[in-house]
Amino acid sequence: MTSPVTDAQAAPTRAGVRVRLDGLRRRYGAVTALDGVDLTIEPGELVALLGPSGCGKTTTLRLLAGLEDADEGRITVGGRDITRLPASKRDMGMVFQAYSLFPHMTVRENVAFGLRLRRAPRAGRDRRALEMLELVGLTQQADRYAHQISGGQQQRVALARALAIQPTVLLLDEPLSALDAKVRAQLRDQIRRIQLEVGITTLFVTHDQEEALAIADRVGVMKEGRIEQLGPPTEVYSRPATPFVAEFVGLTNRLAGEVRGGQVTVRGMTLPLVDQAVPDGPAIALVRPEAVTLASGVAGAGGALAGSVIGVTFLGATSRVSVDLGDTTVLAQLPTSEVGSLPPGGHVTLAIRPDPVLVAQDSQAVPEA
Amino acid sequence: MASVAPLAAIAAQSGTAPDTRRGMRGAKRYRLNAFRYLIFCVFGLFFLVPLLAMARFSVEGTRPGQFSLSAWTQIPSYPGLLSAIEITLELALLTCAVILLLVVPTLIWIQLRVRWISRAVEFLCLLPLTIPAIVLVVGLAPIYNYIRHYNLSALQLFWVYGILALPYSSRALAAGLGAVDLKTLSEAARSLGASWLTVIWRIVVPNMWQALLNAMLLTTALVLGEFTVAVTLLYTNLQTALYYISRDTNNAGVLFSTSTGALVFAFMLLMILSYVGRRRRRRRG
Ligand SMILES: Nc1ncnc2c1ncn2[C@@H]1O[C@H](COP(=O)(O)OP(=O)(O)OP(=O)(O)O)[C@@H](O)[C@H]1O
Ligand SMILES: [Mg+2]
Repeated sequence: MTSPVTDAQAAPTRAGVRVRLDGLRRRYGAVTALDGVDLTIEPGELVALLGPSGCGKTTTLRLLAGLEDADEGRITVGGRDITRLPASKRDMGMVFQAYSLFPHMTVRENVAFGLRLRRAPRAGRDRRALEMLELVGLTQQADRYAHQISGGQQQRVALARALAIQPTVLLLDEPLSALDAKVRAQLRDQIRRIQLEVGITTLFVTHDQEEALAIADRVGVMKEGRIEQLGPPTEVYSRPATPFVAEFVGLTNRLAGEVRGGQVTVRGMTLPLVDQAVPDGPAIALVRPEAVTLASGVAGAGGALAGSVIGVTFLGATSRVSVDLGDTTVLAQLPTSEVGSLPPGGHVTLAIRPDPVLVAQDSQAVPEA
Repeated sequence: MASVAPLAAIAAQSGTAPDTRRGMRGAKRYRLNAFRYLIFCVFGLFFLVPLLAMARFSVEGTRPGQFSLSAWTQIPSYPGLLSAIEITLELALLTCAVILLLVVPTLIWIQLRVRWISRAVEFLCLLPLTIPAIVLVVGLAPIYNYIRHYNLSALQLFWVYGILALPYSSRALAAGLGAVDLKTLSEAARSLGASWLTVIWRIVVPNMWQALLNAMLLTTALVLGEFTVAVTLLYTNLQTALYYISRDTNNAGVLFSTSTGALVFAFMLLMILSYVGRRRRRRRG
């Protein structure tokens, strides 16, 4: 999926390596933080771990970094078992959620620190530090201290510092969560560009689904210490393996319906099921807002699919319309150009595109995404 | 008695918080500054007057109105006094080293790994404050009998002095350490390949210079002024040597010249250390 583009200037001598996590378990007292995590990251691939707070994303990353010990399981990097190796010997670049630049060193000294520990000659490490700063676009700030640059710049320096040691693996733990929305999106794209350029195997932890879908080759959705689904962003989004994934990755409408013969009937509309093996009976269909279309006025099917507009949220190119169907509320996401004719309180008729949908049993726990 | 003044002055100095009042408006800041200077002057006089009187007395001549440096020049002529000064300075150095080597890694370890015992350790560190020195000595006497069996040097006092200095120095160090995001910084350094020793030496220590200096200053001041333990354990340090001189001679001048000397030394240390600390801070800020 990723073909590591080796830029002559920024290129590490090390190509990406394969990372394997096998049945990782970790308990903190009574809390099971990781309950058997299996994950293989291909050389040069960027995998994003996504999940609600407390699901074990950070713990997975810290085990891989060696900052925490696994109770059970194995970690192999490039075919080598490193489960018992201390963090300082693992050669992994890490960017933390909290600002982590050493306050008593300049930006340049920060970036060169790892090389200094490796006893690289002074000229060499200065050159490398400047190259890395060039990569993240911060050569101007080389002689400043951490408190003299912005938060986004600090995280870019942290990235440069992590990459300077030519790590085998790059680990990013919510590196963008302390930044404001605009800087966040910019830096996210920059991280991806650099990661592709360097061709380094990367694990990216986030609780922001948009971030994960935008940046990753594959997304792993975690729940209660396990990976619930692992796949390319499009697959995780359009073919969620479980109701949990469907609900966590993107907004979802929950509509009561009836399953019969591999299909579900919702308010008079029949939709195909992702999983044909669901037993017949009452169920909750999970319908994406994008699959809902609206027509103004009470026409056609009417009845169960007729409702009134409660409100419209402008999102840019698209808008989100909430519609009151009497006994429930449905969200529809439409191109903004189609929304103009839908005043709040106006009557509309819903239609649902016949994409395959998942069903949830009523009792199934679902996160507040 | 010579120890009291510098200790108090140092405590006042080390307690000053970093400047958080930058955003304050003019009138208020002016009033605050005026108040500060007032306090400074009152306390300055309180400490300075006896000190000056002492210094003045140390240059008293044989007749009123006459000045003489004989009390100062006599210092070397007193047997044992020079060596007592020497051993006290050595003791100060040794105690500082022991305290830093012991307390800094311990505090780091507690903060990173065994947070839950931090309260208990804090309590333990403060205990020496509540136990009168004399009680401490009674408890320590058997141990020192044993130590003396092997080694007579007064340098052995560093064991007790380490304990006595623990409350002050551990407070200063804990405050300094608390200002550093130890967990993130140490993990960042670890992932870059730093051993624990490197983390302490290259990352933690440079970020808590001021606290280290404060701890060393407090420890030094304590050792320079310590009398009770040394005299009851029958060791000779600066204060006990002065005591013996005062008992055996009627030359008060030399007592005061030596005490003044010790004080001036402590003050110089204070000035140098706080100057170094301020310079470092300015270079970074
Ligand atoms: N040092 C620790 N001591 C005790 N419990 C811990 C510790 N670290 C993590 N846990 C617990 O392990 C579970 C997983 O934590 P983890 O930090 O991996 O979650 P996360 O997915 O990164 O969440 P977030 O999105 O909030 O960062 C949580 O229930 C947490 O309370
Ligand atoms: Mg986390």
